[in-house]
Amino acid sequence: MVEERVRVVRCGGSLLNFRRAVFSADSKYIFCVSGDFIKVYSSTTEECVHVLHGHKNLVSGILLNPNNHLQLYSCSFDGTIKLWDYLDGILIKTFTVGPKLHALFIPPHAEDSVFLTILKEDPDVFQLVSVKLPKSSSQNVEARERTFVLDYVNRSPKCIDFGNEGDYIAAVRDFYLSVYFLKKKKTCNFTLPSTKNKKNARNRFTCVACHPKEDCIASGHMDGKIRLWRNFHDEKQYTYTCLHWHHDMVMDLAFTVSGSSLLSGGRECVLVEWRDGAEKNKEFLPRLGSTIEHISVSPAGDLFCTSHSDNKITVIQRNLDACAVIQGLVKDRSISTGLMVDPKTKALVLNGKPGHLQFYSLQGDKQLYNLDIIQQEYINDDGLIQIELKKAAFSHSGTWLATVEQRQENPSELEMQMKLWVYSKKTQGFSLNTKIAMPHDDHITALCFNNAENYERPMLVTASRDGHFKVWVLADDSDIYKKAIGWTCDFVGSYHKYQATNCCFSEDSSLLAVSFEEIVTVWDSETWELKCTFCQRAGKIRHLCFGRLTCSKFLLGTTENAILCCWNLLSCSLQWSAKLNVSVLEADPYSDHVAAVMQSAAGSDLFVFKPSEPRPLYVQRTISREEVQWGVFVPRDVPESFTSEAHQWLNRSQFYFLTQSQCLLTFSTKSPEEKLTPTSKQLLAEESLPTTPFSLILGKHRQQQDARSSETSENELVQLPLTENIPAINELLHTPAHVLPSASFLCSLFVNSLLLSKETKSAEEVPDEVDMEENKDSDDSDEENDVTEKAQETHNTDLRDDVIHQLSKYEEKELRKFRKVDYSWLAAL
Amino acid sequence: MGEFKVHRVRFFNYVPSGIRCVAYNNQSNRLAVSRTDGTVEIYNLSANYFQEKFFPGHESRATEALCWAEGQRLFSAGLNGEILEYDLQALNIKYALDAFGGPIWSMTASPSGSQLLVGCEDGSVKLFELTPDKIQFARNFDRQKSRILSLSWHPAGTHIAAGSIDYVSVFDVKSGSIVRKMVLDRQHLGVTKSRCIVWGVAFLSDGTVISVDSVGKVQLWDSATGTLVKSHVIANADVQSIAVADQEDSFVVGTAEGTVFHFQLVPVTSSSSEKQWVRTKPFQHHTHDVRTVAHSPTALISGGTDTHLVIRPLMEKVEVKNYDAALRKITFPHRRLISCSKRRQLLLFQFAHHLELWRLGSTVATGKNGDTLPLSKNADHLLHLKTKGPENISCSCVSPCGSWIAYSTASRFFLYRVKYERDNISLQRVSKMPAFLRSALHILFSEDSTKLFVASNQGSLHIIHLLEGNFKHLHTFQPQSGTVEAMCLLAVSPDGNWLAASGTSAGVHVYDLNHLKLHCTVPAYNFPVTALAIAPNTNNLVIAHSDQQVFEFSIPDKQYTEWSRAVQKQGLHQLWLQRDTPITHISFHPKRPTHILLHDTYMFCLIDKSLPLPNDKTMLYNPLPPKNESDVFLRRTAHAFKISKIYKPLLFMDLLDERTLVAVERPLDDIIAQLPPPIKKKKFGT
Repeated sequence: MVEERVRVVRCGGSLLNFRRAVFSADSKYIFCVSGDFIKVYSSTTEECVHVLHGHKNLVSGILLNPNNHLQLYSCSFDGTIKLWDYLDGILIKTFTVGPKLHALFIPPHAEDSVFLTILKEDPDVFQLVSVKLPKSSSQNVEARERTFVLDYVNRSPKCIDFGNEGDYIAAVRDFYLSVYFLKKKKTCNFTLPSTKNKKNARNRFTCVACHPKEDCIASGHMDGKIRLWRNFHDEKQYTYTCLHWHHDMVMDLAFTVSGSSLLSGGRECVLVEWRDGAEKNKEFLPRLGSTIEHISVSPAGDLFCTSHSDNKITVIQRNLDACAVIQGLVKDRSISTGLMVDPKTKALVLNGKPGHLQFYSLQGDKQLYNLDIIQQEYINDDGLIQIELKKAAFSHSGTWLATVEQRQENPSELEMQMKLWVYSKKTQGFSLNTKIAMPHDDHITALCFNNAENYERPMLVTASRDGHFKVWVLADDSDIYKKAIGWTCDFVGSYHKYQATNCCFSEDSSLLAVSFEEIVTVWDSETWELKCTFCQRAGKIRHLCFGRLTCSKFLLGTTENAILCCWNLLSCSLQWSAKLNVSVLEADPYSDHVAAVMQSAAGSDLFVFKPSEPRPLYVQRTISREEVQWGVFVPRDVPESFTSEAHQWLNRSQFYFLTQSQCLLTFSTKSPEEKLTPTSKQLLAEESLPTTPFSLILGKHRQQQDARSSETSENELVQLPLTENIPAINELLHTPAHVLPSASFLCSLFVNSLLLSKETKSAEEVPDEVDMEENKDSDDSDEENDVTEKAQETHNTDLRDDVIHQLSKYEEKELRKFRKVDYSWLAAL
Repeated sequence: MGEFKVHRVRFFNYVPSGIRCVAYNNQSNRLAVSRTDGTVEIYNLSANYFQEKFFPGHESRATEALCWAEGQRLFSAGLNGEILEYDLQALNIKYALDAFGGPIWSMTASPSGSQLLVGCEDGSVKLFELTPDKIQFARNFDRQKSRILSLSWHPAGTHIAAGSIDYVSVFDVKSGSIVRKMVLDRQHLGVTKSRCIVWGVAFLSDGTVISVDSVGKVQLWDSATGTLVKSHVIANADVQSIAVADQEDSFVVGTAEGTVFHFQLVPVTSSSSEKQWVRTKPFQHHTHDVRTVAHSPTALISGGTDTHLVIRPLMEKVEVKNYDAALRKITFPHRRLISCSKRRQLLLFQFAHHLELWRLGSTVATGKNGDTLPLSKNADHLLHLKTKGPENISCSCVSPCGSWIAYSTASRFFLYRVKYERDNISLQRVSKMPAFLRSALHILFSEDSTKLFVASNQGSLHIIHLLEGNFKHLHTFQPQSGTVEAMCLLAVSPDGNWLAASGTSAGVHVYDLNHLKLHCTVPAYNFPVTALAIAPNTNNLVIAHSDQQVFEFSIPDKQYTEWSRAVQKQGLHQLWLQRDTPITHISFHPKRPTHILLHDTYMFCLIDKSLPLPNDKTMLYNPLPPKNESDVFLRRTAHAFKISKIYKPLLFMDLLDERTLVAVERPLDDIIAQLPPPIKKKKFGT
């Protein structure tokens, strides 16, 4: 197997709320930008049905093709516009424009030109240009000719809108609104008073929307006002009216399709519907959770959706009922718990909404659920000191979860609570078991569970700045009313009144290492005896971790003074040390590898090594320009089988890390297209199957077949393959009409394929076709979404000759590329 | 500026009455305003919104409707069931005519101006024909069940719309029968009110009827089919008034919440000819009910219970940024309600139905500039003089010596002799006043209190010699031949030789009191006179006009003085001309002949004629006077106009002696505190 280079890739969790979401023409799908990708969600099931890969930088705008509503335009910071077939997830065309594209606009009835926002000069001067997209059959088209339209516009696409079928452009910036009439090539400017006094300073424009039917422009302002401008053809005769409900900045505005209502949203987390543009006639959808960043309306008019600042998209019906929520990785606040992996669900766990832990599925790139830890109403107000979720830890099996929350108004007053949660199989969730008020007198710096497999003695250690570490054990807490278990303190340890900074159990949980500022102490977990101490006098200990598997006799520690030390626990001596300014130190629980991220001025570098030898196995320079805050090893569902030393560390687990700007990144060797999960594709193919005469025939045929098979199964035990499994039909379905041979040629093939039973069996005997058949088998299992089968398949592929496998993959890819749903030729039959 | 001891008087407990109706006359660009006490005021919009005429009110005559007909004729109707016509020349009521329909709620003149329509309590709509000197009842329209609260003519004059309780009816003028009846919805935001009062209707030339009602809606109806076209809910309370522009491209409504909404006819798209009425700007200039609105070609005019008359210019209709482009808020009358007896330090306050005489307090303390001195003796309320009869006081005066008080109503003249015996005060009415003195417009005593000058509404000036407890009619200056214009401002020279009198439009006449003849006439000026005074010694007549110009006219020389010519040549400062209230009082410093003191509602100014005039580059409002003589810069920038804005709103200011000023203020908050509470509105964040 050819091993590709290890690359740093974004692994989801990107912002879904970067731009307005877009609805498909039939409101079935919602498109939203997500980092370098475009995600296609089903608006009813909230499921991601497709990810459109192809852009090499952040996608900055998406729009439906007004001339073909089954196609989607997107623009990106990489300077290209791409045209997609979103049903199949195929990239149709790429137009290379050149500079960074910040926003994309396509007025209706524009034949082939699009409008783009590009940077004119740093830092904040943008201009709107129009680009003619040349008609060409080739996939990659250069479209570098730009026509200047409007200067000094705002970078946000919310501040530009096209009105009256693309007759005019309304653009707002700072304190003025400019309306550019495309036909007359005339600009009208309207300026609001912007004097220093406090009242007018909040007049600043924030967003704009044009009425779809009438000459009316709605603009949102910092002070929460919405102005409806009319008669703007004349700089003198213009008039506007005010709608005022929001008390804070209006974040976005949208007109409904008919123009009868205006939607607005802001920090109040309330969607307001203004009917007939009247101040007295408004409807509300409150309690949407967090600030509304964008509002979009489906072209069919039956759905709205709001993008929120906590990376959430809420789908709302026309009667203002929220009907679906698409939740991405919440990135609203600082991550203080670090990254964890829930051993039960293999989900990534970190801070989510205020006071919550979020469980985030890396596989599905979606939030599984939120666990409310603090269980108090969150009041969004500046200057209010909130209770914060500071630490969390899972027990080895994931049965127990410990969380620490605290609130500190001034240095002398600390409120702290430790909560222990037990996983209940019945409810498939965590429930509160023990609440410990003030477990320590000062901040808890670390907490960890023991790694023991034996469930009867889980143990929790907390280290605190008050100089103690405490050991908590599960004890019987039954009383006359009920049988119960709870956590109590078992042992309090300290070392010369130093502050305890880290704690860590060895793999077999027989030893506990606790660092006290510069000193590492090792304790026997049975007797709580101090076994030995290590002191390197190289600054306070920052991280502490034991080696795993073959390296479990080593203890690793990093210090403030940029020293990485490795102690041998058998000899109680320093094995080796290295000068490394480590910001993240993580041990892979399934292998003996340890990853360390080094912080330097140029960026962050990754080192992977085994504690047994002071030699890096793998080094990757500048994995990120920013500081890496947290990292974690996430076990793979299916282990890889890399053989080279540099790639071995990726076999069992994947290393995920979070940078300062809260980008979740990982390492991968696969090309992005291969990362596509087959399940999603199948889902889409099924859904996108339209009811054509052909499908009806197929459906009838399938029913008959099913009926027949049930009849025949008992006496004949002949297993008929399903229609989808027939290669001829597959080929027919997945090949564009224009590359198919003539219908007369296909007809016999098609009919033959429907008549099988014995033929197939006989065909199976033909040795030439074995490969093909087996390939097909693997295809089937692909599509059937069965984990066990998949595992089997990978097993098979491993055993099989690599060359054949490669070939089949290649074929499949080709087929996929040409697949297009067009059954029109059948009507002629 | 010089240092003064200032009596800061705040005990003038004056509350203007609320505005009930306004009527705008396009021809003469004048605005008639009626107040709840029956007073009718005429504002000249071309003369910087100066209140040039006024008709004192009457207790029983609560006006409900006011309208102009046949160009310049002004009619009002009220709850006493009478229709009144006002004589705008002689400033009195021409006649009153009972309509015999109970209280009148609405009145409107036909588009041609030859007919008058009134809506009465008993549900009748009555048509009156205008004859040159009277009106004549013509006929009744179909009688309705409930009172007619609002009326509007179709611009063609063929139909009228009448708003009643719960419905709007359309009448055919020719037949007088009802053609269409449009029933209004009583629901308001889900709450059904007991009834829906149609406070105003407007009939547009395309047949649209606009109604405003007590449930807070503005509704547009098609009068041809009687169907509702569009409904705007704009308030939680009543919408009380409506006015449509002559071009019918905009209209304005006023609500009980104090908000005025502007509606405009705006094309739906630039390409189509379809137009729609859109609510555009709300204006919140009032705290209380907006009882009435008017729409001039360039401005929206509104008035209500909070006594302010607000003139809000439409910026898109104003050609250049000048005086007309600024918002005007008129609260106080443009005439003096206070007179002062310098010798006895007395102030006479004129209210609608009584007079109050106060003696100013005094102090023995001294202090630095800007100090507030403690009073050693409080101000004394000496006298409370109630009028007899239902009529309002039109003018009053106290003599400089303090021993005479004169006041006049529309039909009677009263003169009192006041005697001071230590702390006691006795009042004696001088009986048998001659009949020709009634309905005086201005009363003035000479400086030595021996003569009384009365300007009557017939244009004549009467001079009465006052003796101890008696009087003698000396002379009457008859008006210029042919004119019957009322004189409303008088000024007498301190030496008693000259009397200046000014009417509403013609120039200022100066009479020689020794020879009892007309001395000369100051050339007529375009703008009405707002204040007059004759300087001591020099006998220079200082005239202030409503366009903020100040002239100085030498009476002995019969020509403008050098200084006045210099002022006219250089022109006054831009900011001076942009002030929005007229100068209401002029006085002089007895010792410094170069000083002129004048004030309007928001500032007090001392003009030092010896200093250079300010040009547009210098600061008009110099913040601080030069503190010491060596301050070269301040001395260099010093100019003739020394302005103080410490006291406002300033109703009266005069010099008691060389070092003492009296300033009467009336803070707006005190007025608002005495008004009925406004409709409570929830304010965000409270």
